[in-house]
Amino acid sequence: MARIDLDLAHAYRPNPREDSDYALLPLTMSFRDGGAYALLGPSGCGKTTMLNIMSGLLVPSQGSVKFDGVDVTRATPQQRNIAQVFQFPVIYDTMTVAENLAFPLRNRKVPEEQIKKRVGEIAEMLDMSGQLNQRAAGLAADAKQKISLGRGLVRPDVSAVLFDEPLTVIDPHLKWQLRRKLKQIHHELKLTLIYVTHDQVEALTFAEEVVVMTRGRAVQTGSADALFERPRHTFVGHFIGSPGMNFLPATVSGGALRVADRPLALPPGRTVPDGELKLGVRPEYVVKTAPGDPAALPFTVTLVQDIGTHWMLTARIGEHTLKARLNPASRAPQVGEEVWLQVMGTHTCLYLNDELVDA
Amino acid sequence: MSTTTKPVNQKAWLLVLPVIICVAFSAILPLMTVVNYSVQDIISPERRVFVGTEWFASVMRDEDLHAALWRQLTFSLAVLAVEIPLGIALALSMPAQGWKASLVLVLVALSLLIPWNVVGTIWQIYGRADIGLLGAMLQKVGFDYSYTGNATHAWVTVLLMDVWHWTPLVALLGYAGLRSIPDAYYQAARIDGASKFAVFRYIQLPKMRGVLMIAVLLRFMDSFMIYTEPFVLTGGGPGNATTFLSQYLTQKAVGQFDLGPAAAFSLIYFLIILLLCFILYNWMQRVGTQEKEGVE
Repeated sequence: MARIDLDLAHAYRPNPREDSDYALLPLTMSFRDGGAYALLGPSGCGKTTMLNIMSGLLVPSQGSVKFDGVDVTRATPQQRNIAQVFQFPVIYDTMTVAENLAFPLRNRKVPEEQIKKRVGEIAEMLDMSGQLNQRAAGLAADAKQKISLGRGLVRPDVSAVLFDEPLTVIDPHLKWQLRRKLKQIHHELKLTLIYVTHDQVEALTFAEEVVVMTRGRAVQTGSADALFERPRHTFVGHFIGSPGMNFLPATVSGGALRVADRPLALPPGRTVPDGELKLGVRPEYVVKTAPGDPAALPFTVTLVQDIGTHWMLTARIGEHTLKARLNPASRAPQVGEEVWLQVMGTHTCLYLNDELVDA
Repeated sequence: MSTTTKPVNQKAWLLVLPVIICVAFSAILPLMTVVNYSVQDIISPERRVFVGTEWFASVMRDEDLHAALWRQLTFSLAVLAVEIPLGIALALSMPAQGWKASLVLVLVALSLLIPWNVVGTIWQIYGRADIGLLGAMLQKVGFDYSYTGNATHAWVTVLLMDVWHWTPLVALLGYAGLRSIPDAYYQAARIDGASKFAVFRYIQLPKMRGVLMIAVLLRFMDSFMIYTEPFVLTGGGPGNATTFLSQYLTQKAVGQFDLGPAAAFSLIYFLIILLLCFILYNWMQRVGTQEKEGVE
């Protein structure tokens, strides 16, 4: 178990010049010993690169990786004593399930009795006790992935366990089960777990802290609540939530805010710098109000969807669209109708150059 | 139409007819001609006598054939024992990508492009004591090497020639097998702390099983039918030291024009290859796939 500190950048090509040459832009980040983290971001954002740098499969082109303050930048995965589970199941075809699980321990010359005990425990945890003597090659994809997970968790003394989208091949109902299992294992073993995914639900339910990444940058690290309530970057607002945060271009001059050529009142005590801003409001916080409300704007309804617990409203103002989750108790708005929607409130965030403007 | 039996549609036969005709002309009819020869004594084009299994019986009793069969079996097994491990070793040491990989692939494949009789000629000159690079050099260091005079030398030379000619095939097949292993396997092995040997034993070898099976079968069948190279190099000699089954058969059929025994032996030859390939195939299928019990 270890605290991991990163201060690095990585480019796959030599002599990177522009930002786009980097797989990972310069970043500084720390992972607390025993924490459960998720790296969340779309495909190609650099999360797997970051994971491979931590495990030692990849040496960063600049900077350093430290485990408990010791520089391990050039150390092998073996020396770092790290475990990693990959997106697609990797199993040793000629071995049984038990031999597969025991492999990392055998390679480290752990005494046989200990191996047996540990393999038994892990198999128990993964509900594979009955299959220990079966050949791993003949199993279904999800069972194989459970073996891969098991091999990642079998060493009790690892610095950290890294997961690279490990549940991609697993059936949805098993996904929930395995994710809960991982949380439980984290709780029992106090291992440092770092989990890469592009699925926000997976990240938010698994991790204590989520690192949101896009195009080689880590844009925000925080709890699920922080990512939802105060996205530090428009990308986070857009990426987290379903649907994501609404953004409307806003102009501020002399402290007065205008959206779509209409004045919008700022909450008392809140000041914003002059310039071209973006107003961000989550669909969950948009409320239908009376016409003329100073914190609201008039929208034209273009689509109304009944999603069971809510009305999902799509509305336009000028050339901008906005989505709102409305309470089903209210009368369903009709397409083409004009409604006043409150977009300015305590949950509304303002962004200058895509970065959050703190109140 | 009755209610208990399903109507049978015989039209399907019509659709497979073209294939049946093709196979008949390419395989079944020629084979039947051989069967035809093997049960008759053809004295002249007009006179022939049905002899039943007599040719088969006489061929089976032929001492020369027994000797040729044993020589052949030892040779084919030696070919497998040398070429398969050597081919795997070559495949493992070939570079994986870049211009080096392309260059090495071409170099390795070179010997496969040389016609059989040219291979024989190359080695014939290569091994000559007076002007051959190999032969002259061995003479220089005091080794009295002669593939024309010494039976063991001749046999080993034929083996070396086959190894030189065909190991690249095994290497190329193995190389293809190695390249198809996803990177994640090697990464996982590094994470699991596997040694180089463990990577070979538990990842590379099992993943190469399919292509190696093809390599073993191809090399076995080909070496079991070897003809041109030893014919050019040694002509089957000295004595009968390098007379393998094909040459024995040719001597019977073409040299002595004993069509009956030759035909009978052809069929036996064919069945031996079929049987041995069947055994090899089943054995290799089973290696590493049988259910393991009682793991400590």
